[in-house]
Amino acid sequence: MNFWLIQTLNGISFGMLLFLLAAGLSLIFGLMKVLNLTHGSFYLLGGYVGLTVLHLSGSFVLAVLVGSLAIALLGVVMERFFLRRLHLQELPQALLTFGFLFIFSDLATVVWGTSPQTIPKPPLLSGALQLGGFFYPYYRLFIIGVGLTVAAALWWVQDGTRLGAMLRASVDDEEVARALGINVSLLFTLVFGFGAFLAALGGVMGGPIVGIYPGADFDVMLLGFVVVIIGGLGSLKGALIGGLAVGLLDNFGKVFFPELALFTIFAPMAVILALRPAGLFGRE
Amino acid sequence: MSSPHLKHLGLWPLGAVALVAALTLLGLPYVLSTYHLGLAVQMMIFALFAMSLDLLVGYGGMPSLGHAAYFGISAYTTALLALRLDLNAWLALPAGLLLAALTAVLFGLLALRTRGSYFLMITLALSQVVWGIAFGWRSLTGGDDGLPDVPRPALGLHLPWSLTDSTPFYYFTLLIIAFATFLLVGLVASPFGYALRGIRESETRMLALGYNVWRYKLGAFVLSAAFAGLAGSLYAYYNRFVSPDYLHVARSAEVLLMVILGGAGTLIGPAVGAVLIVLLENVISAYTERWLLLLGIIYVAVSLFAPSGLIGLLRHFLPWRATP
Repeated sequence: MNFWLIQTLNGISFGMLLFLLAAGLSLIFGLMKVLNLTHGSFYLLGGYVGLTVLHLSGSFVLAVLVGSLAIALLGVVMERFFLRRLHLQELPQALLTFGFLFIFSDLATVVWGTSPQTIPKPPLLSGALQLGGFFYPYYRLFIIGVGLTVAAALWWVQDGTRLGAMLRASVDDEEVARALGINVSLLFTLVFGFGAFLAALGGVMGGPIVGIYPGADFDVMLLGFVVVIIGGLGSLKGALIGGLAVGLLDNFGKVFFPELALFTIFAPMAVILALRPAGLFGRE
Repeated sequence: MSSPHLKHLGLWPLGAVALVAALTLLGLPYVLSTYHLGLAVQMMIFALFAMSLDLLVGYGGMPSLGHAAYFGISAYTTALLALRLDLNAWLALPAGLLLAALTAVLFGLLALRTRGSYFLMITLALSQVVWGIAFGWRSLTGGDDGLPDVPRPALGLHLPWSLTDSTPFYYFTLLIIAFATFLLVGLVASPFGYALRGIRESETRMLALGYNVWRYKLGAFVLSAAFAGLAGSLYAYYNRFVSPDYLHVARSAEVLLMVILGGAGTLIGPAVGAVLIVLLENVISAYTERWLLLLGIIYVAVSLFAPSGLIGLLRHFLPWRATP
């Protein structure tokens, strides 16, 4: 019983990290029609910057804030000065974002080396919750909490604010939104920066449990795509449900079929693709 | 895309260029060292790989980011058949192509329902399924250690020379790739090739003209995968080693870069792109460890400054050659 509960919670907490990643990926795709192959780099760089800030300041909170804001800024610069010139040209966009993936990945090994690192858990959260005979680390519960908070905030912004309404309008029809006086270009920059922010947040928060290592950028980028394919592009609900599904599949896959670790994620993805090409919550 | 100016001149200039190219390629083993001959083999293999993708991207307008899947599947199949069952190249090579083509049928059925960026993502994810299998199924594929000691093709012909030597292997590759290129050129010049271009420009118009667009797209997808598979199997023979790297997205992206760098939709462009990238990779990684950084910069530069490739730049700067 305990085994199932613990493994399920492990899957959910990893799923929350994937949600942070996929929410940005999905927003960026939904609004800008950009397949952002640099998204995994945002995650990795967020983790590395967070680690450095933690070493310098000793504060986990500061590491999370500085890490994600720095990468958000990087995202803004990338959108303003590079991606913007390639609006709606999917092939050059793919090359550009893939190029940045290589550039960031190589620079990261120059600055932070090639050996895997972990971010130490904040002391306040390093213990474990004890309920009778059941123990579970606080930190993973904290990740689940942060993930749910972000999800709730995103929902509120999307459905309850003027910004959200402008976003939805621009996703539906960019031309008309522009004609109505919505500053779609600014939205592009905001959304890309915010997507980078969420990915980097995932990187810093994931640091203590997943670790930060060269190649993590590729790994999480691919998992992010699987989440988005399963959940459906441009859908917040899809990113959340897809994230949880992939988190659980990955976790139980590793427990029960270690030889086929990746396959337990990709096989369901292929099935969903066959049955519902637009994903569980995507629009046709 | 032959321009009308060339047609005025007849086929002579083209024929002359082809003749010079053929003589150069035939003569290379007499001037190059073993190392450089190996480099030439690599260039030819990647030129074929890039041309195969061009059929899809340049002619069919289907931007795949998972083409390494077919390259790798065929390479693994050929290598495994040669290693485990001792099959000769007459069977091991076609078996590789066949499996690559069959996988393409399956993946094509899934991916071809989408287009644009979504198509990029689906092809990427599907190719990653194959990578996952190659990486995880250790008992068959050796996992990330790969499969070493793949034997060079045994043709069973009692020839006086062996393909383990670099010069005979060079001619073997040249012969196969020349034949494949010949087929590809014929393919894009055929009614099928023109229908593909039509689909690239406007699917609805082609549908209205009565073309079965879906069948043409799947056909291009599968043919393109088979040619990629041929390149993969040759590369397995050349390297005498196969690893999950053959299937990695980095390789899919690299071949896409070759296509775009040279100029999509021209066959010759992607071949030139492949030669350039292989050359740069070998020259530059000899001097610096920062090859990845540089490759990243090349990606960015091509996307910003030469999205229609070197061929596009050439057309831009030599307006007298431009098609009216």
